[in-house]
Order: sequence, then C-alpha cells, then structure tokens
Amino acid sequence: MNSTLKPVLSFQLHFKNMSKINFNDYTIKGFYDEMFNDTHDVRPSYELFKKRLEKVSWNKLNFLQHSTDRAQLSLGMTFNVYNDNQGVERILHLDIIPRIVSGADWDYLSKGLKQRIVALNLFINDIYNDQKVLKDKIIPKELVLSSASYLKECIGLKPPENVWSHISGTDLIRGGDGKFYVLEDNLRCPSGVSYMLENREILKRTFPEMFEQLNVRPVHDYSHYLRDMLESLTKVSKPSIVVLTPGIYNSAYFEHAYLAQQMGAELVEGGDLVVKDDFVYMMTTYGLQKVDVIYRRVDDEFIDPLVFNKDSLLGTPGLFGAYLKGNVVLVNAPGAGVADDKAVYAYIPRLIKYYLGEEALIPNIKTYICAEEQDCKYVIDNIAELVVKQTDGSGGYGMLIGPHATKTEQDEFVKKIKNNPRNYIAQPMINLSRVPTLCDNSIEGRHVDLRPYILYGKDIKVIPGALTRVALKKGSLVVNSSQGGGSKDTWVLDNK
Amino acid sequence: MLSRIANTMYWMNRYVERAENYARFMDVNFNLSLESTPDAIQQWKPLVVITGDWDLYESLYETVEKEKVIYFLGFDPQNPNSVYNSIRHARENARAIRPELTKEVWEQINYLYYFVMEELEKKSWKENDPRLFFKKVKEGCQLLYGILAISISRNDGWHFGKIGQLIERADKTSRVLDVKYHILLTTPQAVGTPFDLAQWAALLKSVSAYDMYRKKYGKLTALNISEFLILDKVFPRSINFCLIEAEKSLNAITGNEGGFTNTAEKQLGKLRSQLEFTDVNDIFDSGLHEYIDTFQKRLNEVSTAIYDSFFANSHQQTSLNIENQ
Repeated sequence: MNSTLKPVLSFQLHFKNMSKINFNDYTIKGFYDEMFNDTHDVRPSYELFKKRLEKVSWNKLNFLQHSTDRAQLSLGMTFNVYNDNQGVERILHLDIIPRIVSGADWDYLSKGLKQRIVALNLFINDIYNDQKVLKDKIIPKELVLSSASYLKECIGLKPPENVWSHISGTDLIRGGDGKFYVLEDNLRCPSGVSYMLENREILKRTFPEMFEQLNVRPVHDYSHYLRDMLESLTKVSKPSIVVLTPGIYNSAYFEHAYLAQQMGAELVEGGDLVVKDDFVYMMTTYGLQKVDVIYRRVDDEFIDPLVFNKDSLLGTPGLFGAYLKGNVVLVNAPGAGVADDKAVYAYIPRLIKYYLGEEALIPNIKTYICAEEQDCKYVIDNIAELVVKQTDGSGGYGMLIGPHATKTEQDEFVKKIKNNPRNYIAQPMINLSRVPTLCDNSIEGRHVDLRPYILYGKDIKVIPGALTRVALKKGSLVVNSSQGGGSKDTWVLDNK
Repeated sequence: MLSRIANTMYWMNRYVERAENYARFMDVNFNLSLESTPDAIQQWKPLVVITGDWDLYESLYETVEKEKVIYFLGFDPQNPNSVYNSIRHARENARAIRPELTKEVWEQINYLYYFVMEELEKKSWKENDPRLFFKKVKEGCQLLYGILAISISRNDGWHFGKIGQLIERADKTSRVLDVKYHILLTTPQAVGTPFDLAQWAALLKSVSAYDMYRKKYGKLTALNISEFLILDKVFPRSINFCLIEAEKSLNAITGNEGGFTNTAEKQLGKLRSQLEFTDVNDIFDSGLHEYIDTFQKRLNEVSTAIYDSFFANSHQQTSLNIENQ
C-alpha cells in the first residue's frame, strides 16, 4: 500500500472489470469477522450493506476508492511523518468498506466508556490530592509515582469540575470470542477525531443510498459539543478559546487546524502566546488579546519551558503559572497522563471497583506488569507468546509482537525488560476482529480496532461513531498509522 | 487578528500573485519567440534578469536557452521564486492558516499545488508547447482570486492578503516595464523597428494590459505605455492603482481616515502621493530605468514598514518568505 503523496489528479483504470462484487471467495479464516459469522452467514447489521454492495461493479468500486483518496488530498487530510521536517506528507488510507456496529453493541460500549472515564478522572484527582487509593493500597504507590506522566507540579490542583481528562479516546478491540476489550486509554491528546468526522463526510458521498436506508447515527455535532464543553469550563462569558498546536509539521496538524476551524476558535502556536502578570494573551495586529481556554495539542512537557522541558520551543513561558492561578483553562489538564500509563492500565478494573463499587463493563486484557517480580519472570519465559509494550510508548513504537518476532528481536526485548522492568508490560496476543477490506482487486479480511471519543464537562458525551483503524498489511495486527495502518468509517446503527 | 496569521495571509497572496505573473511572463515571451528571431539570449535573458534571480541562474546553468529558462522560472525546485516554489509556499502558508480560509479557497490552492507537483514529475517543460502549463497556472490563480472574493469576509485577514497581492503586483508591473531597458541594452539598433513594436505589445500583454491600453491610447508609444503602466488610476495592474488600493486596505485595517498612524501608512502614503504628482515626462527626463530602480527600493521600504508595524512581534520564521531582489 503506497500512501505517500503522489499526484492523483487523473484516474486511470489499470484493468476493466465490469463484474459485480461478491463475497463467494471471502473467508473468515478462523478469526472473528465483523461482517460474517462462523458459518459465513452475513451478520444482521451488514445485511443491507452487503445486498447493496453486490449490485456494484468492480470498476465502480475501484473508482469510488480512488475518489476517496482524492477527496482526502483535496481536503488536506495529510500528515507529516515524524522527524521529517520537510517533504513527506502522507494520507491515512481510508478504506471505503465501513465498519458497522449494531445499536445494541454500541449502547453497551457507551455505558462502559462512561463508567471508565468517570473512574479514571476520580483516580487522577485522587492521585494529585488525597492519594487515598495509594493509602488503601489498591495500586502500588511506587508504580504510580514513577510514571513518566506523573507531574509533581500538579499536586493539589483542582481543575474545573474536578475533571482532568475532558477529551479522551479509548482504544477498544474485539477478540476472537466476539467480546470487546479495552486495549488502552488515551487521556492526554488523543488524535483521530477529525478522521472520524471527515471519513463520514467522504463516505456519505461514496455511498449516499446506503446512508438513506441504514439509519446511521450522526457524528457531525462533535465540534459543537466540543466548543460547548470548552466554554463550560470557564466563568468568563464569551470566552476566547484557542487550539494550541506545535505547528504545521506535527503529524496531527490537519486535525488541529480542522478542529479550530470547525469550532471557530483561533489556531495558535506557542510563540503566538505571551504571559503577563499570570494572564495569557495572544499577540495580534492590535496588540495583546486575552485567552481564556486552551485546547492544547502540545504534550505536557513542552507547554512551558519555565516549568517542564526548558529547551521546548513549542511552549509559552509562564503558561503553567497562569494555569495554577486559575487565569486560564488548559484542556486536558497537565498530568492526566498518569492514568493512561500502560502499567497503571492493569489496575483499572480494580480502580473502577474502588471508586464506583461496580464491575468494569468493558473488561481489560490480561496484563503482566514487568515491575512485579513474578509477572516479569513469566514474561521473560513466555516472550515468544506475548505482546510486549513500553509503558509510556504510543503510536505502535517500542513494542514487540512475540509470535511474529525473530529470536534476536525477542532476546533484545528480554534484555531491555531486565534493564528497566518498570518500563514494560506484556499481554497475550489477541487476534483482533476483522472487517472485509478492499485490497488490490479483491476483498480480504483485515484486523481492526475501534477508537470512540468521549467529551467530559458538566456531563459526559460519547459520540456514536469512532475511528476504526485497520492494519492494511496482510496478517498484521498493528493498526497504527505510523506502521502501515489505515482507517475506516464507523457506522453505528440506530437499531437495537 | 494574530500577527502571525496576518503575516501568513500577506505572503500567501503574494506568492499566488507571483506565480500568476511568472506564468504570464513566460507565456507571452514564448509567444513572442515564435515570431521574432533574435537569439535566445536576447529573448530569454531579460526575463530572468527582471525576476532578480540572474545570479542564481548563472550559478546553476552555463547557457541561456529557452528550455532552461522555462525550467528555471517555472519548475526549478532550486529557484525559490519559480512557479513551482511560489505555489508550494502559497500552499504552505495556506496550510498554516487553514482555519482562516474557507474550504473552497483551501481546496483550490491545494489543487494548484498538486497540479504543479504533477507537472514537475511529468517534466512538462520539455514539451514542445509548455503554454498549457502556463495557462493552467494562470487560470488556477485567477479562479482562486474569484473564490477569495466571493467567500472571504472583508476582515483584517482579507485586507492583509490584499496588500500582499497589490504590492507584489506593483513590483511585477515595474519589473516588466524595466525589461525594455534590458532588451535595449543588447539591441540598441532595434528602436522603432517592427521588432521593437512587437516587444512593446508583448510587454503590455505580459501584464494583461494590451486591450485596455489600446482602448485608451490606440497607438503604441513608449511614453504612453509607461504612463499607462505607472500612472493610470483605473487600470488594475498599473502601479498607481495598486498603491491606491493597497492604501485603502491599510486604512481599513487601522481605521484611519487621513494622515498616518504608523510607519506603514506613512511610507505607503508618501509613495502613493509622489506618483499622484508625477508626470510621465518627468520620468523619462530622469530615465525610466533609474525611476523604476528607485521605485522598487521605495516599495521594499513599504514592505519592511508593514512588517515592522504589524508582524514584527509574530514569532514565525520569515525565512520562508522572500522578496524578489
């Protein structure tokens, strides 16, 4: 799959194939397939879709896929690959065959996500204030306080509504047993919501007749909710809201610009802001103008060189001080990342029980914490069977998929784990569910995950949609865009 | 408006204007080269000279040839002002201020970017007739002006963009006029010949002024053409017109109605009123080339004053954005 930017102004058919699409040769190969059950019968939520798709010719389908690529380029849905300051812009390949979620599945997930985000926020607030959870020994103190995302500068902080992570995205997967699991929480700067929104706009043009008949729940009001939520966090009436971006070379720049534009907020870089007497201002052609709420897409350590990384050029000196004084709202709150540390993850079902007295509605995946001696030994002995992840890693970097790795790679990881056990966790390999995906002139199953987005202000909204990430490489389980992943539109049906 | 955004808006518009002008210059020169038969140096060197990038050209290429000049001005990634780079910079600037633009504006500028990338890859300067490329760039830019005009509010961003466009346009018109000087240097014996006439007509066409000029003056004379391109108050590419409109935009930003409130207004107002009281005979008495040379220096001062008055506290590295020297 070549997703590097190539000019695609003209469409040339490499072959002509007027035959209609069919799924006769499609096999689920022993995986959980979102479209077909074990006996290769189509699942109810895909029934109508399949019927309509089988009226389409291969020619037409290829053309529709091409138009999709073009629409993405034209909208500027591109990202710069990390550490590449100049040239290479890519698109996140959008596969036109949607991932369809039944209304019943969704409503359950939605409840589970709300439960989880409430517990996680109570946890973060507890950690930076009373630390009851540590005193009650629900989670080891050293494990929490040694997290790279734990910021002692935030001790005693009380953000608006006591909510730390207002904007989050949770990665879910469906295993071979057909059950959903939480794979990880993204409580800092979750990205991808712009893809959820734009993928929908593109697919509405691709399959208008399907939308007419299928009753897909809308996602377009996300940016209204987002703005309302941001406004609700300050007492200032008619607050000035900005989106803070690291700049156009950041891999998520498209999203920053998109959200700012959709909300009618100013898109600013750290250098556009200045702090005077603990208030934050932006530098305009008329002088300084006060800023009240910052949806910041700059990581904690870069927001303020006076407090955190002093070499940061992305930040604004004094910003954190203004925040502590309550003169500006930062969303999400700095320090929120302490709860999405991958070692903390293992304890979340227990945290839900502790704070809410409830069982977790969406279970975790069994997780081995290398910081704990017994687990560590197990991981080293069984490394060939396990997926090992760095506790502060993201983007699919710094991980090992044991069953797919060479002996040398496995040994390398064993060494790393021994050197710094706190930095690693391991999980059994889960065979993510698959969705039919358009490959070169055929439709084959590809593994997917599911990232829904949650807004948490005075109340909690789970937008009925998600970014479905798909591993485009045959057999691959890694869905990250940096590792050859693409995306799909996610249709949540309005049935029960 | 954020200073950085105002600055970016200004440069985005300058680059689009630059690309369109370069495309037109080359289109006209290509046409001219089909009929007259001077050597390639006489025909193409002045075009490079007026863009201010002759030194760069000389350092990259040993000879002056039609294809090389077209490549250099149209496509060359090593020439910061080539059409390719101007469009690329315009799009980069647009990307940085995406929320200030409408979807239609963005899509058009983005389209132009992919178009020039594709043409670069196709090596379309090697084609017998590269005019299709020039035509498409011109049309693409003109479509963009239209979309801007019907979809952007007349807010500060609009006016900063307008000032960028008008200053670039005034600069390019003055440079086109100067091309005559450089051609005459190489062929002084040609004055008054059919070759000379064709050159003047081409010059007018380079700035889309031929039809409007004919309507007003009829006969082609050096004096009248200079008067038209420098002093005309109603022709949209004349230097005077550009300065009048730029001053209006500047006043719309500051809300000022007379005199000046900052150095940008002072410099621009001074330059504009100097033109108002200039007679074309004065220009010829002091020498057209010298006059244009001085004008360009003044215009650069205006540009600097705008930077100091509005953008100086913006943090953006301006190394991306460059004046033609």
